[in-house]
Parts: sequence; structure tokens; C-alpha cells
Amino acid sequence: MASTPKIIVIGGGLAGLSAVMKIAEAGGKVDLFSIVPVKRSHSVCAQGGINAAKNLKGEGDTTWQHFDDTVYGGDFLGNQTPIKGMCEAAPAIIDLLDRMGVPFNRTPEGLLDFRRFGGTLYHRTAFAGATTGQQLLYALDEQVRRYESEGKVQKYEGWEFLSAVLDSKGVCRGICAMNLRTMEVRTFAADAIILATGGNGAIFGKSTNSVVCTGSAQAAVYQQGVCYANGEFIQVHPTCIPGEDKLRLMSESARGEGGRVWVPKAAGDKRAANSIPASERWYFLEEWYPKYGNLVPRDVATRAIHKVVYEHGLGIDGQPMVYLDLTHIDRATLDRKLEGILEIYEKFVGDDPREVPMKIFPGMHYTMGGLWVDADQMTNIPGIFAAGEAEYQYHGANRLGANSLLSCIYGGFVAGPKAMQYGKNLQAAEGDGGHTAELKRQEEINQRLLSSNGAENPFKIWRELGDVMTKNATVIRYNKNLQAADGQIQRLLERYRNINLSDKSMWANTSFAFTRQLLNMLHLARVIVQGAERRDESRGAHYKPDFPDRNDEKFLKTTKAFFATDTNGPRFEYEAVDTQFIPPRPRRYDAVK
Amino acid sequence: MAERTIKVEIKRQHDPDGTAVVERFEIPYRPNMNVISVLMEIAARPVTVDGKETTPVTYESNCLEEICGSCSMRINGRARMACSALVDNLEQPLRLEPLSKFPVVRDLQVDRSVLFENLKRVQAWVPIDGSYDLGAGPRITPQAQEESYPLSNCISCCCCMEVCPQFNVATGFVGAATIAQVKLFNDHPTGKVLKEERLHALMGDGGIQDCSYAQNCVKACPKELPLAQAISDVGRQVMVQAVKDIFTT
Repeated sequence: MASTPKIIVIGGGLAGLSAVMKIAEAGGKVDLFSIVPVKRSHSVCAQGGINAAKNLKGEGDTTWQHFDDTVYGGDFLGNQTPIKGMCEAAPAIIDLLDRMGVPFNRTPEGLLDFRRFGGTLYHRTAFAGATTGQQLLYALDEQVRRYESEGKVQKYEGWEFLSAVLDSKGVCRGICAMNLRTMEVRTFAADAIILATGGNGAIFGKSTNSVVCTGSAQAAVYQQGVCYANGEFIQVHPTCIPGEDKLRLMSESARGEGGRVWVPKAAGDKRAANSIPASERWYFLEEWYPKYGNLVPRDVATRAIHKVVYEHGLGIDGQPMVYLDLTHIDRATLDRKLEGILEIYEKFVGDDPREVPMKIFPGMHYTMGGLWVDADQMTNIPGIFAAGEAEYQYHGANRLGANSLLSCIYGGFVAGPKAMQYGKNLQAAEGDGGHTAELKRQEEINQRLLSSNGAENPFKIWRELGDVMTKNATVIRYNKNLQAADGQIQRLLERYRNINLSDKSMWANTSFAFTRQLLNMLHLARVIVQGAERRDESRGAHYKPDFPDRNDEKFLKTTKAFFATDTNGPRFEYEAVDTQFIPPRPRRYDAVK
Repeated sequence: MAERTIKVEIKRQHDPDGTAVVERFEIPYRPNMNVISVLMEIAARPVTVDGKETTPVTYESNCLEEICGSCSMRINGRARMACSALVDNLEQPLRLEPLSKFPVVRDLQVDRSVLFENLKRVQAWVPIDGSYDLGAGPRITPQAQEESYPLSNCISCCCCMEVCPQFNVATGFVGAATIAQVKLFNDHPTGKVLKEERLHALMGDGGIQDCSYAQNCVKACPKELPLAQAISDVGRQVMVQAVKDIFTT
């Protein structure tokens, strides 16, 4: 029994740093592992804000209303007890962030300013310019740096998590990790570990996620027996800026200010956008939804764009892109209302959206599903905890805007103290707790990769995976295509065995680390497509034209995927959803907007 | 018709002790590529222009939105972020080199941990009593928020240090990024409780007096931080503190 438990936190985004802070503050010993310096974690990308029902605008907002909006936005798939806890804790979390020095926008009286966001009628979103995630991450990073300088936190930046160390009874006793410079593999002992490793956008090739968001750590522990829940729920944002390297978000406000979405009527039209006359443009949103036009809700816009590109084959120049056109609005108006976001487009695309229509496409944005956890944020393997986007429990079938930052911090604040509590009561391991065996297993995987003399380039396999997933498992889902996608992923898994590492050196070998992540991505991809195939309904972000309605009778259930070693693939179970506070009611798209 | 291509020269170094060599690549052109997508293309087909098989290039990157600060390098001689460097706006051959003032890890990856150490040295944080529910934070005017927000946008990319004539291993000069953070936290109603310690940390060798006011940092900063203003404000604070120290010791 450890009086001062040793906790390992993996991931230095908002969730991981929140957990570290709580553990250090409570006098625990904590090691923080991260692929990148923690200040460079993906949380920096969040722009909009963080929700809390502070009710500072005299609107009568309450934490219950926030709770109701979150459950409703998630189409009732979220377990209600943890969501309620999060919404109730939110106002105090905002106060804490404020005390830490987050430069939140202010009212003239010097109080926190709040704005409205999607899915609610209240001014509930605190924000710091257009970089709220960055500002929140920095505040937590600074607090953790303070604990680090006091010797209470040991950082392992530039280390990649490979697996959990499990003892003979299946209890977690630490982690196995790889140093990304020396490529050294070693194990680290811990009484409990917390995975705060973010989303899995890289499985879809290009997404709005950062490079490190591969889902590799989640997939690794899934293959060791941790349950993965609601994998099929992936949020797609309708207006992203396609890039050669990634997708970048284009704010909804562009449509709000009068932006029109169109494609050339002729497939493969090579002319520049401005030289295509109005009569040869198809304003499909305005045609299909005359009442709302371009301002249909996000999910409707996403599906329409997807259909035009993949079913009508009318993407710009044969590419999966459509125009979002602001050029009919005068420059002065655009600069007054949209300057910030237009600058982002200009910076990364190089075109001036005041002169040339923007090219946009829906993009994979957020992972609602994740590691299954209980009320203590612990997975089904004792001692493995999870927090943040890596776990599943706060967003149901669809995440509400500005709830992600909140769920990360709240999840970390629960996971840290609960991991400490668990560690205090943990009995000592028998033998070496499985460390020698796990180290050997991981070293063998590395040896196999290094001695593989195949012909397959890992980056090419990854591109193919991304294409398969984006085409079949994002916006519109058909069972036939999902089955085919699973078959394609299995073929990629076979080709993976024939991998060719063009770099076999043992120093800062980034492609080697990537090749390891790739195998995990392939396994997690199967959880996503098979989970989607089995869910014959439409709920939140999951949409099947063949099953257009929500089916509470059959599918008001959490999908739970377990890795079956006999088939080397997922096995599924379903679990009832906790709906004890708010009875499910229809979620009407036309009323949501 | 000859296919349009992008010509790239990359300064590569296998490890910290290795010798730097330049490898040349020629890859198919596509519109709207940035330097990151060029490096991704090379990773998918790591073959030089002479047909020699090589390894994917090692470099740091993460968000690709110019907000995480990972991918700074020298592109055509200029320190900048690779994600926001568009090929269409660059002269070819593209010349990619690691930042020159930091130890090379491999290829375009360098070790910038010195900045994070500097942030510890100046205690760049607000020393809160605890993470418990202790009520609201101090009131802050919108004007004060507007002044601190830009300083809080520093992405720790280290471009300001790369271009600084004073920053190198010998001087140990802290650099503009750290000085800007001192201003940020000294201005904060709670953070200023550590003001004196921060200013003392900026005195002496490697401190703020090493700044030669070349102002290269201002031009290089991708986030357009008001670095000149911050250095001048903090410089004044240090001087006032030095005078105070004379009378109190």
C-alpha cells in the first residue's frame, strides 16, 4: 500500500494538465508524459470558448439548463449523472481559470464577458479573443511548470506511450514508453495511470486535429483489454478549409454574414470561379432548403455538401470541395464583420476571400467516443484512468460547441484525485508487476518492424486509410459501404505486415514512431466502422439514410467495443444509458439552429 | 508537357554530432501547398532528385495552424513557421534549414528547451493559493485585458531568439519571448506579487541589459507580439528595481 501514490499522466493537453495539477496539489508524485512539449498540445487549437452557466447577463441561466442543452445536443446518448456533475462544476472552473490569469474578454465593469454559442439560447460561453483553448492551456501549463520547478512534477516530454504494464491479475502497474530521440524503450512504475491523449482525427487522414491526435494510445490499451465506447460518433464540421496537410476550421459566421455555397453545374469545370456565370452555378443549399438557404444547421449543411461531392460528383475540379462565396459582399462590410477569420483563410490558402470564393469542405473535427470510463474516470482495467477527448462520457452522440474545453478540465479534475485515492488503496504487485514481460513484448514489436523488408510505405497506407474513412465513415453512412470499408482496412492490416521502414536508424526516427501509431490507427478504425455499421439508426452525428430516425427502443445504448484476440478485431456489447434526470425527447433539427 | 515540380534543398544532419549535408528533392507541384505538405510528400517517397533513396526528414510539427509553435525553421534564410509558409509565395529552390541558434537534434528538429527553462527562471505564472473554489478572480478592465492578451499569444516558437544578434550560447541572453512574459505577469493584479523576483532574474549576465534593441524580434514574430514595447517597459521596471535595491540593501 502506497501512502504517497505514484501517478503517471499521459498527455499534456487541458485534461492531462488538469489532472497533474490536482495530484501535485494533493501531495502525490506525478510523472507527465507527452510526445510534444506540453505547451504545444492540441488544446491550443480550440478557438470559441468555454461554457459555464454563470448567469452574468440577467437571463436566468442555470446549471440545469446547461445540463439539459448538453444532453439534448448529444441526442440523449450521454450518461446523465457525469454530465450533470460537469455542468454544476463549470462556474467554479471558470473562476479558477480567471484567477490563474487567463485573459478572458471583459465587460466594462471588469467582469467576465460571455457570448452565445450553438445549441443554446443563453450567453454562456466565456472566451479569450479567438484563442480560448490556447489561453486555457497556457494557464494550466504555467501552473504545472510552477509545480515542476518545486520538484512535484517530473515531465517526460518527447516520450511516446506504447502500452500499459499489466500484472498477472490484469491490474495496471505502470507504462511502457519510447524516447523519441534515443528510441530507448523502457517501463515506468505507477500505482495508477491517466490517459489524456486526445482525439483520433489522424485515422481520417486529414482533419482539424493536430498531428499527434492519432488515437494510438487509446488503441494500444484497447488491444490490451480496455473497452472503447461509442467509437462511431465522430463530429464533422461543415466548413473547413481543405489543405494539402490538414483541414482548418472556417467559422460558421461566414455563412451568418451572407456567404453562399455553390458548385459549378458542369462536372470538372476548369474555369476560375469568378468567370463562371451565375446561370452555370448550382446554389444547392438555397435550392434544397429554400426557407433556411445557406443557414441550415451544421449537420444538414454537412450532409448536403457531402452529397453534392460524392453522389453528384460535382466537387470543384473533381476535388472534394465546394465554394463558400463572400465576393458579392462589399469589402468594407467584410472587413468590419469577418476580418479575423478572413485573415486565417488568406494566410493559409494565399487567396483573398474578398476577391475569390473560398474553397471549403466538411472535415472530421471531434471524437465523441473514446475509452469507456466509470464515474471515477476509471476504465474497465483497474488502475487505467482516462480524461478529456480520449474518453467518451460527456458529449453523447454530438458535442455542443464550447463544451470540449470544459469536459477536458472537469475530467482531469475528477481523474486526478480519483487516481490518487485508488493508488492509496492498491495492494503491492506480485513479482515485478509485469514490467519485464511488457518491455520484452514492446522490444520485439520494434525488432520486427526494424527487420521488416517489405515494400509498403507507411505514409501511403495511412493516406489510403484516411480516404477509406473519410469517404465511408464520416457524414453519410451506408451499411454496404461500411462493410466494404472494414474489408479495406483489413487488407491494409495485411499490407502493414509487409511494411518498409525507409529509416531504420535509432535516433529521432519520426517515421518509425509513426509506423507504430499506424497499426493502432488501423485497429481503432475497425472499431469505428463496425460500430457505425451495427447502429441502424440516425442519432446526433451518426446519420444513415436507410435508417433516418433515432431508435431509442433499440439503440438508446452505449456501444462498447472489446478487442477479441481470437479474431484480432472488435467484439461488441451494449449498455443502457443513464437517463434518470431528463427523459429523452425528439431532437428537432429545424428548432436547433 | 513537363510536369510542374517543386525544387527543395534541405540541410540534413543525422544526429547532434553529425555533419550537415544538403539533399535535393524535386516533387510534383500541387496548388496551395505549404512547406509541411512538401515534407509530407517527401516522407511518402523519400528519394532525392538524383534517385538516391533516403530517409523521411525529421522535423517538429503539430497543430499546423500557427498556434502550437512547433514547426519553426529557416525557410529561404528566414526564421518562420513551416505551416504558414506557402510554396506559391516562395522562391525556388526552397531552402529548408534548422534554426541556427539551437542545438540540432536531427535534420530540421532543434532543441528549444532553453525557452521553457527561462520561463521557470522568471516564474512566468500567477501564484494562486490553490485550485479549490476560492471565488471569482480580480476585476480587470477591458483595456487591461486588451493589453495583456497579445502578450499571452506567444507560441514559444523561438523565432525572436533565432534572429536576435544578442542571443547565443555564449551570452545566455534570455531573449524577447521571456521578457514579454515577465511584462504579462508583472501586469497581472495577482501575478505582480512576484514582480521583484522576476526583475531580479532579469538582472546580471544574460539579463535584459544584454538587449541591443536591434528589434529583429519584432519583425520575426509570427504572432506580432508587441515585443519592443514589452522590452522597453520591463527594462524600465528593472532599472527602477535596481535603484530600489540600492536603498534597501
